[in-house]
Amino acid sequence: MAQAFRLPMGGRIDRSKPIRFTFDGRMIDGFTGDTVASALLANGVHLVGRSFKYHRPRGILSHGSDEPSALLSVDRGPGRVDPNNRASVVEARDGLKIVSQNRWPSLAFDVGAVNDLLSPVFVAGFYYKTFMWPRSFWDKVYEPVIRAAAGLGVAPQVADPDRYANRHAHCDVLVVGAGPAGLAAALAAAETGKRVIVADEQAEPGGALLHQPDALIDGRGAEAWRAAAIGELDARENVVLLPRTTVFGYYNHNHVAMVERVADHRSDAPAGTPRERLWQVRAAEVVLATGSHERPLVFADNDRPGVMLAESVRVFINRYGVAPGRRTVFATSGASAYVAAADAKAAGIDVALVDIREERECGPEAAWLRAAGVDVLTGHTIVGTQGRKRVEGLVVAPLSNGGVGARRVIACDCVGMSGGWTPAVHLFSQSRGKLAFDAALDAFVPGVSAQAERSAGAASGIYDLAACLDSGFTAGTRAAGSSARRTFAASETRIGFKPARALPTDANPAKVRAFVDFQNDVTAKDLKLAMREGFESIEHVKRYTTTGMATDQGKTSNMNALGIVAEGLGRPLPSVGTTTFRPPYTPVTFGALVGPARHALFDPIRTTPIHEWAAEHGATFENVALWRRAWYFPRPGEDRQTAVARECRAVREGVGVFDGSTLGKIEVVGPDAAEFMNRLYVNAWIKLGVGRCRYGLMLKEDGYILDDGVVARLADDRFHVTTTTGRAPRVLAHMEDYLQTEWPELDVFLTSTTEQWAVIAVQGPKARETIAGLVAGIDLSNEAFPHMSVREGHICGAPCRLFRVSFTGDLGYEINVPSDYGRAVWEAVVEAGAPFGITPYGTETMHVLRAEKGYIIVGQETDGTVTPDDVGLAGMIARAKPDFVGKRSLARPDLLAAGRKQLVGLATSDPSLVLDEGAQIVADPNQPIPMTMLGHVTSSYFSPSCGRSIAMALVADGRALTGRTLHVTTPDGFTAVTVREPVFFDPDGSRVNA
Amino acid sequence: MLLIDCPFCGKRPEVEFHCGGEAHIARPADPAQVDDAIWAEHLFVRKNPRGLHAERWRHLHGCGQWFNALRDTYTDRFVETYKAGEQPKHPLTETRA
Repeated sequence: MAQAFRLPMGGRIDRSKPIRFTFDGRMIDGFTGDTVASALLANGVHLVGRSFKYHRPRGILSHGSDEPSALLSVDRGPGRVDPNNRASVVEARDGLKIVSQNRWPSLAFDVGAVNDLLSPVFVAGFYYKTFMWPRSFWDKVYEPVIRAAAGLGVAPQVADPDRYANRHAHCDVLVVGAGPAGLAAALAAAETGKRVIVADEQAEPGGALLHQPDALIDGRGAEAWRAAAIGELDARENVVLLPRTTVFGYYNHNHVAMVERVADHRSDAPAGTPRERLWQVRAAEVVLATGSHERPLVFADNDRPGVMLAESVRVFINRYGVAPGRRTVFATSGASAYVAAADAKAAGIDVALVDIREERECGPEAAWLRAAGVDVLTGHTIVGTQGRKRVEGLVVAPLSNGGVGARRVIACDCVGMSGGWTPAVHLFSQSRGKLAFDAALDAFVPGVSAQAERSAGAASGIYDLAACLDSGFTAGTRAAGSSARRTFAASETRIGFKPARALPTDANPAKVRAFVDFQNDVTAKDLKLAMREGFESIEHVKRYTTTGMATDQGKTSNMNALGIVAEGLGRPLPSVGTTTFRPPYTPVTFGALVGPARHALFDPIRTTPIHEWAAEHGATFENVALWRRAWYFPRPGEDRQTAVARECRAVREGVGVFDGSTLGKIEVVGPDAAEFMNRLYVNAWIKLGVGRCRYGLMLKEDGYILDDGVVARLADDRFHVTTTTGRAPRVLAHMEDYLQTEWPELDVFLTSTTEQWAVIAVQGPKARETIAGLVAGIDLSNEAFPHMSVREGHICGAPCRLFRVSFTGDLGYEINVPSDYGRAVWEAVVEAGAPFGITPYGTETMHVLRAEKGYIIVGQETDGTVTPDDVGLAGMIARAKPDFVGKRSLARPDLLAAGRKQLVGLATSDPSLVLDEGAQIVADPNQPIPMTMLGHVTSSYFSPSCGRSIAMALVADGRALTGRTLHVTTPDGFTAVTVREPVFFDPDGSRVNA
Repeated sequence: MLLIDCPFCGKRPEVEFHCGGEAHIARPADPAQVDDAIWAEHLFVRKNPRGLHAERWRHLHGCGQWFNALRDTYTDRFVETYKAGEQPKHPLTETRA
């Protein structure tokens, strides 16, 4: 019968809006406002999963985000399958397909349950002790098998089709939690006019008020008070109230991360609605009103489906109008469960209550509940449960004279247990605040704050409703910088409990399965075993037994585990310590963390104005810094070697065209521009004529090469500086650093112009003829426009800075045009060069051509420990200059010492063998290991122009070894090489002046 | 993530900034005149205090300006920020035990 356990009235569900979803294929009816847990319970479903290790039948323990057992897979449609959702958190809606986990072939009959019969074997540390030999089985056999048998849900296989948003926000006061304390804090802060954000993890704000319809606040019903408070907050422009928003991380300086669930609960969400939104809030002050978690009692078979937390039974009755059972026994060590029992009785449920406290230890709640007609049994322990997939009876026994008396069974179909309360100090602990142990509360409470933060209500150990409201209001006013105070009148809260560790039992302790951590299947016996084996630190016990290490982070289990360990060691609880709480408070989807940063938005990709042309003409691309550069242009049937060889020949014999737009460009302008350049580069700049270019070399202050590039002087006060592709930002930062902090007196402006210019390199003997017909206003003759000079004019009607420079060793030009003209000019050059067989070439050919000439690439021939002299560029240094960045360091003893690695060329004895870049070099391959390594190969290619392989290397005292034979590692051993000059082609350099 | 008070722009998120190491290390006016030991000290030797530390910061993804900051290396809290060439108001001697 559908919803047989739905109460005829009551609850916050909307009975006019029925919904329907499936659970393992079975139709489940519920109402809008239900969670999956409440709808399942309304239909009498308690068995919802199998436990992690022993595959024991498990039910719903809790009503909130602390649920450790009821983990389900939620299917919201194609591609939208999400495992390990807590049934008590997922809002029920039409069309969901809910599937149980960790069972095969079915939930009711699970083969893995054999693990439970073998449980005497599967004790804590079982895996460490058992699966040790042989070593080769670790990865291939043990881990896959164990992982398949143990575990949670199945990870989705397809890409997440949902969209995730993110948002940054600032506020004066962030209130975490909208229960009574949080609402009072929010009202107080809001009244000051400060900007307030209130975040609450539930679908409705109100916290505990949502299931206390009989409570009174300031003479009004709790619901009326709650509605008025939310109405006031909603009406204020300075307040943002966010339901379904979990604060999961508390980081430095009140940087708080939270996730808002936007769409999952809606079956009518418009297309494009983000599924979740990640908020990053920077709050001046934070109020933590995160409430508390109820502790289970630790007794034999306390994990039977139908055994729940007492307050959760109350929530299902009052908030969802569901009776979790027809005959419910409450088992408790404190007062709060009496109220749950009374509410259950009032809802028409057959109720009994067992209290482990002696009659004299109980408060007035015992007489109060008896007066309501409920059997109350005090001074009894719980020794077990009956039933298998659903609890059928609670086995209790009287405690007398330190012993356990005769057992009796109380028949029931639901147990509500309460072992007391634990303040939810997770976020406080994440904020690095120091916890303090309060013996009267048997709990850790917030002690010394580390950040601008304060806790209120149950999160700070205050359980009385009026006191919660008071503390919340005070926290809110203080956080907002006000000293206003208000006291609230509220109906009495029944509080107080006696700490209960593992309950006394008459059974053989070695056989009792009393669960502490329900999600990781850790029993009290496991904890005791760990202590017997010598684990004393709670951090070690935790790791050995895995207690508290599941995705619920031990919300329901940590205090029980601590208490049992403290008792076992005979030490006071605070000396055992508490474990560190870390983000996230509850599991967060990867999607929320990633947000929009995926696919094209994962990392920026920079492309040049000529990129599309290159793509259309079959280029393959490589990543250089964030740039995507054309690597080579294979024709049909060509591999990389043949394509690069063809491109190289074209440049040497005719003309090639290359996209150099990624070169970094910095405009250095101002009356002191030349002086600035003089101080920053090793070269001399004062006398460089307007219209001339110079190869510039830049050092760090420690004397090592930072960057290089051609610099053109366009006017007395204007330089066009180029940098390597990858280092442009670093060079500009380096320049700005010196300009701003060392030489603020220099009148110079620095502007990055990398993106403003497209650079088209036209290289080869036919370069001049190629561009001659396109250029206006510039005399291209060798006399008027020699190598290493620059002219301004027009090309194809576009303004241009035309450089006569070469990184190939052949006659060449680099055409700089405003980026918008880049592609048009490129296409015009390609057309004009057609008679000469103009060939587009990519970075690979560029590398080969420059290596043939012995030109270095900073970052390839250099590694941050290389001086100008090391790479043979000492001649660039203007030694007459009194100072430049790095000059003093070049006189450091280490940089002058013999034995530094120097740039040389290497010729392999086998001309077809191309060495590996990075390969090590030794003098004698037969020397004993470890060998003395002389250096390494920095660049290595097959050179079509030379008809053989070429390589450059950094070798200790390399220049003195010219002509000597050395040995280089290869995948097959060593190969012999001859040391030579690093210039392999056109050594006298006549071709660039053609 | 913390907010850093750029002396030119005001409070901005940490991700806009770049730290440039210890502040108030003057480059010798004439490096050629200092001996190797002093030069090595200038290049390589830095304080590493537990507590207040004067640092150079640049508002890289903002105004681009370098400035100085006093930061507590223990709490990661910025005590004050000030322009290059200025001295902090807060005494630098305060360090933690």
